[in-house]
Amino acid sequence: MVIARVYVTPKKGVLDPQGKAVLQALQALGYGEVEEVRVGKFMELRLGELPEAEARSRLAEMCEKLLANPLIEDYRVEVERAR
Amino acid sequence: MRVGVIVFPGSNCDHDCAHVLREVFKAEAALVWHKETSLRGYDAVILPGGFSYGDYLRAGAIARFSPVMRAVEGFAREGGLVLGICNGFQTLLEARLLPGAMVRNRSLQFICEDVHLRLENATTAFTRAGQPGRVYRMPIAHAEGCYIADPVTLRTLEDTGQVVFRYCTPEGEVTEAANPNGSLGNIAGVCSRAGNVLGMMPHPERCAEVVLGNEDGRLIFESLLGRLAATSVAGVTARR
Amino acid sequence: MGDPPITKALIEAHGLTGEEYARILALLGREPTYTELGIFSVMWSEHCSYKSSRVHLRRLPSSGPHVVQGPGENAGVVDIGDGLVAVFKMESHNHPSFIEPYQGAATGVGGILRDIFTMGARPIACLDSLRFGDPALPRTRYLVRGVVAGIAGYGNCMGIPTVGGECSFHECYNGNILVNVFCVGVAPRDRVFLGRAAGVGNPVIYVGSRTGRDGIHGATMASEEFDAGEEGPRTTVQVGDPFTEKLLLEACLELMSTDCLVGIQDMGAAGLTSSSVEMAGRGSVGVELDLDQVPLREPGMSPYEIMLSESQERMLLVARAGREAEVEAIFRKWDLQVAVVGRVIAEPLLRVRHGGAVVAEVAIDPLTRGAPSYERPAARPAYLERVARLSAAEVALPGDLGGTLLMLLGSPNLADKRWVFRQYDHMVGTNTVVLPGADAALLRVKGTRRGLALAVDGNHRFCYLDPRRGAALAVAEAARNVVCLGAKPLGVTDCLNFGSPENPEIMWQFSEVVDGIAEGCRELGLPVVSGNVSFYNETSGVPIYPTPTIAVLGLLEDVSGHAARGFCQEGDPVLLLGETREELGGSEYLKAVHGLEAGGPPRLAWDLERAVQQTCREALARGLVRPAHDCAEGGLGVALAECTFGSGLGARVRLTEGIRPDALLFGESASRIVLSVPEAHAGEVEALARVQGAPCQAIGRVGGDRLVIEGLVDVPVSACREAWARGLERQVLHV
Repeated sequence: MVIARVYVTPKKGVLDPQGKAVLQALQALGYGEVEEVRVGKFMELRLGELPEAEARSRLAEMCEKLLANPLIEDYRVEVERAR
Repeated sequence: MRVGVIVFPGSNCDHDCAHVLREVFKAEAALVWHKETSLRGYDAVILPGGFSYGDYLRAGAIARFSPVMRAVEGFAREGGLVLGICNGFQTLLEARLLPGAMVRNRSLQFICEDVHLRLENATTAFTRAGQPGRVYRMPIAHAEGCYIADPVTLRTLEDTGQVVFRYCTPEGEVTEAANPNGSLGNIAGVCSRAGNVLGMMPHPERCAEVVLGNEDGRLIFESLLGRLAATSVAGVTARR
Repeated sequence: MGDPPITKALIEAHGLTGEEYARILALLGREPTYTELGIFSVMWSEHCSYKSSRVHLRRLPSSGPHVVQGPGENAGVVDIGDGLVAVFKMESHNHPSFIEPYQGAATGVGGILRDIFTMGARPIACLDSLRFGDPALPRTRYLVRGVVAGIAGYGNCMGIPTVGGECSFHECYNGNILVNVFCVGVAPRDRVFLGRAAGVGNPVIYVGSRTGRDGIHGATMASEEFDAGEEGPRTTVQVGDPFTEKLLLEACLELMSTDCLVGIQDMGAAGLTSSSVEMAGRGSVGVELDLDQVPLREPGMSPYEIMLSESQERMLLVARAGREAEVEAIFRKWDLQVAVVGRVIAEPLLRVRHGGAVVAEVAIDPLTRGAPSYERPAARPAYLERVARLSAAEVALPGDLGGTLLMLLGSPNLADKRWVFRQYDHMVGTNTVVLPGADAALLRVKGTRRGLALAVDGNHRFCYLDPRRGAALAVAEAARNVVCLGAKPLGVTDCLNFGSPENPEIMWQFSEVVDGIAEGCRELGLPVVSGNVSFYNETSGVPIYPTPTIAVLGLLEDVSGHAARGFCQEGDPVLLLGETREELGGSEYLKAVHGLEAGGPPRLAWDLERAVQQTCREALARGLVRPAHDCAEGGLGVALAECTFGSGLGARVRLTEGIRPDALLFGESASRIVLSVPEAHAGEVEALARVQGAPCQAIGRVGGDRLVIEGLVDVPVSACREAWARGLERQVLHV
């Protein structure tokens, strides 16, 4: 079985109001060292048996089509093989 | 003359739109289930507000894959009139029928209140009964209404008159303070290059009756129905 | 995986007393199974059985000419004419909201919505009454943000507008906040559905979401006190899914337009157990369930867990035999779970099968009508002596009354609640005629000329000082609020929030409050058609103040022309209906300015109350006056200031009563309404008041940009507005 981890984050340069709010909250709590926060989404997908290369290309398609909005979001996929 | 109001799972302004069309304007309106694959017989289509698929993932992201959206795309390509209100606007953006995207409001909160809008383009089928520069009062009700687009797209929108409404003060000034959600250029509504697809965050169907204390939303329905009446008369004439 | 043995500790952990357990043994003639123990535990919990309150609630009037369905069903129903009924109820979700404010409040909204649409009514509006602790505490801020976001998150997604309510603060709620949610729906009178099983052999059908392990024992949690330090068990918090509930709403209403349905009930507290037992109980039949058919979210769930799960967005229904396929098609269309999980049987018992074996078999009656009912001891609390006395000499007159007015306007309880309301979609449905923030909300009823006016009210301080009069005052004020929009009050629903009923002093407060509500409802001719009791609102033995929340539904014959409010025309005479007495006891002013909670609440004379309400309603019906405003918390001074907020127009007023100026401005004498009247009609209104026997005096005129109360206050309207508008942010949210 293939386990895929998909990270969707706001594109660089796109306003991230959630990230801004979390940044301010952390700084208010005394964590002045925090310089930037980006808030995104994490998704875990379980796929059936298929070759890794094929899994990767299909996952990229899923991200482009549905999981992320390429206009405003970047995505990154990690693939792991599990038994 | 028949207007279709699309019903996605989670749409919740579908009945409101149908009510205004039927009861206020005595027009024919039908609710169109999202699994329909054809829009034959409709003269215009409205994608109503709501929380299609719970707004899970992103507002409109899942609805845009509903079977009916294929038909909406074809309808729009052939010049059919498509109006997306609030969640409907978000869905049109996700479907790339309109340029740009929506992110969460600057305040991170859901905002429901009346806003003022300056009409920037009174030539579209949805705004032709209005006057450019006039200020309208309509309510917004959304959490993801901050409109963004890349600089090139934005410039194109401005140059081609695709910005239809902007948030403004009651006097019509486009200011930062009058921008409820952080939208670039105070954009509240945009149309397609051909002008036959309009997306807007404010809800005209909520302010089209005197009993509710505000009739500014009539602009949209009067324009739309007026255009449909005109084209159907023209159609009849041509066929003769 | 075996069931645990039934030990003394296990019985106690289920909140059952030794006597109650002995009764279970006698009823069954044997030791209960683990599943049966769970069933008795939830059905005999305070939350489901009302065992401490039932004997008292009988004293509330519940019948009347408009009543279609009184207490005992999922919600109350009154006739509103044109072949339509209003279905309404209020419910508390206090404990869950304290533990997890967002999900607690959200699922509270979800639960009350299901109570309404389960009866065949499309919900058209929600209101909430919220009580939080000391605004200075950081936790209060966290709870306010979470609760408001939770209500918004659920209601907005469902497309049911939240059109009003109240939100106030007091340190007695530091450890126990109150989240009381009201909902009203409209249905055709001949299409009201009841939570009743009938027809032996008819299928029992489960619809909605799958069943998971969430909320197991939520119903008993609601019947336990919190201990200090412990913020409660997070694992029992249910998570709401408003999207699924929206689908469930549409699917249920679609089913109700067919004739497949016999009875239907929401799976709320105590889930499958209470829904099946209560439906069987009302129909005097039995139900047999096969738990192997229940759609589950995770494998390996025990019968105990399946019967007690409080997973949200589920309903149980009984359909006509042979119509199963039609029911299934509707719920499949809406992408929902649907499964036949049992049958109606003739023997009046609940029989539960799992894996082929019978895991529970209990007679219905002892779980419903025959559940324990206690007449718990009651004793007048000792504190009442101490707080009853209020000597005027102790209360120093403020030097700057104008400054005091501004301070009150900006205080958390009186300040503008726009920050709250604008997070709620209050317009969806296109029925909201009067937006949040007025005395009452007003909704038009589509297809008719009529409108429904809705108000929720409660004054915890009055109830603390005198539970009976405090409750009666709440009924009077809620009714008066509805009357201020010109509507005729038709019915009441309530939420009664108290500490532990095992404390005789709390029980006394409860009994007095019930008598106060009963008195108010009798005097105003109002039936109580539904309601809810929430006990055990206490932490480490410190109870909340007795807090009954009263909701009144009123009917307006013609809804047109009601969208404006406040002062709107320069030169209009300002009239005051009712009379101002020297009454400072229990006032917001006394608490906010002097830190005192003492004295008796204002007096209440029912003849006067009726005369004032009648005059106001009549004057509005004849179109003689502009929108009216109730005079309540903060007194006449605050009421006059509030009248200026809509238009920005001020007023010049002269008050002639020879009483202390602070009592004149900020005392909370009951039965008063401020009116502004077109000059030409002033005489007619005064004549009308004379006929009704209501005191009516012209106290000044609308105009200018200042609020002037001669000799006492002279402040710019803009300053009042600014103090009021920014109060919540300054005092509570600190933004």
